[in-house]
Amino acid sequence: MARMKFLCDAERCIECNGCVTACKQENEVPWGVNRRRVVTLNDGVPGEKSISVACMHCSDAPCMAVCPVDCFYRTDEGVVLHDKDMCIGCGYCFYACPFGAPQFPQAGAFGMRGKMDKCTFCAGGPEKDNSKEEFAKYGSNRLAQGKLPACAEMCSTKALLGGDGDVIANIFRDRALKRGKGAEVWGWSAAYGKPDQQQAPKGAKS
Amino acid sequence: MISARKLVVAVAALAVAAGLAGCGETEQVIVYQQGKYQGKPDTRPWDNEPGANTTSKWTKGDKSSWESAIRSRSQSQNEYVRVGG
Repeated sequence: MARMKFLCDAERCIECNGCVTACKQENEVPWGVNRRRVVTLNDGVPGEKSISVACMHCSDAPCMAVCPVDCFYRTDEGVVLHDKDMCIGCGYCFYACPFGAPQFPQAGAFGMRGKMDKCTFCAGGPEKDNSKEEFAKYGSNRLAQGKLPACAEMCSTKALLGGDGDVIANIFRDRALKRGKGAEVWGWSAAYGKPDQQQAPKGAKS
Repeated sequence: MISARKLVVAVAALAVAAGLAGCGETEQVIVYQQGKYQGKPDTRPWDNEPGANTTSKWTKGDKSSWESAIRSRSQSQNEYVRVGG
């Protein structure tokens, strides 16, 4: 079963914010909401590292656990989505999320919070696929078109990988072994490997 | 006759039990029935016709063919396959 995941290669990310722009453009995300953003550690210091962050579509999602109206659901392909018709904009999911993924557009006067908005892995939401209603509420549904998230497909250095967790972990592992660096990165089966791939090839650097 | 101390212990035990009950967490299962995920209506991606503007092709309603289409598209992120390593 496909289990959709993102994996960002900090050795490759050049902080161009192309993923952020691609997401904004693809989903027409409102002003003030960033479904994806690039975080840089030790900015300006030689050896700085950048990583692109959005909803990680957790296998045991804390947002889903704390939502008082149970508006979240996980799809068969492992994407965590939510129903904006049920969301009350309470913000519990924002406090629960370790990645700061849930975003809240301003709605009405006095800076009132609107309904939560977050990365959908370009999988739309609980509306008819690729309908106007779905696009207006949740953005583009690329998975239903046989495409991958715009951020990952647009990444110029292919630092951000998106797709079936096992497939992108294999791509990353192959890359890390070829360049001999970065295998220590966290990530799905990149960290643990499949049973038949736990033995690294001879001569590979750690 | 129940002593006051026993009563306090019993009430405390009840309070602890009630408090711990709030720490429970329901298992996050995926149930897709009659076009709904736990009451939220959604269509699965493989239940759509392949788009005209994409290279991914699959048979409508066939999950495995959609998955293989997505897997092969994922390889476009692998430059060792794309341009040769």
